[in-house]
Amino acid sequence: MADTTAHTVKSFDGDIAQLRSIISRMGGLCEAQIAAAIDALVTRNVDAAAAVVAADKRIDVLEAEAEAMAVRIIALRAPLAGDLREIVAALKIAGVLERIGDYAKNIAKRAATLALAPPIGPVIIVPEMARVVTGMIKDVLDAFVDRDDALARSVCERDQGVDDFYNSLFRSLLTFMMENPHYITPSTHLLFIAKNLERIGDHATSVGEMVHFAVTGEHITERPKSDNTATITPHNPSPRE
Amino acid sequence: MNAINFPANQPPDRISASIVPKMTARNIDVFYGAKQAIRNVSIDFSREHVTAFIGPSGCGKSTILRCFNRMNDTIEGARVTGEIRLDGVDITSPALDVVQLRARVGMVFQKPNPFPKSIYENIAYGPRIHGLAASRADLDGVVESALRRAGLWDEVKDRLKDSGTTLSGGQQQRLCIARAIAVDPEVILMDEPCSALDPVATAKIEELIDDLRGRYAIVIVTHNMQQAARVSQRTAFFHNGAMVEYGETSMIFTNPVQARTKDYITGRYG
Repeated sequence: MADTTAHTVKSFDGDIAQLRSIISRMGGLCEAQIAAAIDALVTRNVDAAAAVVAADKRIDVLEAEAEAMAVRIIALRAPLAGDLREIVAALKIAGVLERIGDYAKNIAKRAATLALAPPIGPVIIVPEMARVVTGMIKDVLDAFVDRDDALARSVCERDQGVDDFYNSLFRSLLTFMMENPHYITPSTHLLFIAKNLERIGDHATSVGEMVHFAVTGEHITERPKSDNTATITPHNPSPRE
Repeated sequence: MNAINFPANQPPDRISASIVPKMTARNIDVFYGAKQAIRNVSIDFSREHVTAFIGPSGCGKSTILRCFNRMNDTIEGARVTGEIRLDGVDITSPALDVVQLRARVGMVFQKPNPFPKSIYENIAYGPRIHGLAASRADLDGVVESALRRAGLWDEVKDRLKDSGTTLSGGQQQRLCIARAIAVDPEVILMDEPCSALDPVATAKIEELIDDLRGRYAIVIVTHNMQQAARVSQRTAFFHNGAMVEYGETSMIFTNPVQARTKDYITGRYG
């Protein structure tokens, strides 16, 4: 149930708009950080990677702002029903976005390390995977700001595609490492980068679930999990179903 | 166990059906002269749950509360139709002894209204006229028990002869609750019992309501939505004399069904 009418106390609407704006800016920064980290990986640019690591602080600052705003709204406005759900969702989303920022930072650190190692082929799959997860972040935050449940749920459904990317890359890198043991170090870094992107997809999905709760008041109880690399053994580089 | 039957316009799935209601009201209309103040309200409440009535000023929540112990009888031109039962017995009959009814269905008002008598006499008056104490020792016991249940005993045990009006506002309100409890009622109606109290006194009353739950069926009218959310397990929202929504408090305040309820509790009303 979208809240279309304004609050009697107009500054309450102003507070909520400000909180939404902080969350939006955090999301925009996360998208930019992921894209810049992947760009640094592909172009093997150590300076660009260092800039991504440094820029993570801006996300942390916004998270603190979002938290302060949410606490202020809870203390002063005592929000209820849809307002309460939105504030709680915003508080949790801010925490998730901060975590996504950390993953982007970690990708950039590994990109800087990889820039100093010989290039490896499987890296070409990563930018497309990153494009999917940044698209998920953008859409899920649009869904939060517009209170669009359908869009939020569509983002949750897209996580399957990210997991497919990850499973595929995991198998490729395992084979690649077995065939070229001296590429184990860069391959491991690349695997962690892919894992970070896969985790970002999971976080975007959980934001989608929070938006669903904020908008409808109901929880999504089931989430399909399709990262099946946990069951792959060294002797059998294909997942056990 | 009797199931609670609700009219079609009230969602029964939001109310536990396994609880025996203490009071049931069906199709209540209240008129003040030609003006209709309550329109077709049906509601049940039980000892197991504190029931809160919320809604904007003039919505009829105090009017419907006053139906449950026939306080509207005292208002000139007020007319109540419909059926109200206490333990299944109709209380709207003109032949009913309203004094006996009000002993079973006690009331606490917005402004504390102790009698201008001693603390002891404030409590002892009701049990004495209802013949609930055979001796002075019995009466002392009833007074102490009521003051203890109202959480006031330790504060007043050494000054029972002082006038009730010498107490602070919060103590006076707890004295009024003790007075209501002293005649061993089954239902306690509270009409904005904390609106004249400071936050500390309010917290004590809320704690008391929590202690009394289960022993008495409690219905509280409040303008303070956080208070309704804190003290009650069932909430009814009234608007323009109609009951818009009635359900579990946790649902009403996190995910109300009706748009008018949502607008009111989120501060989008008027």
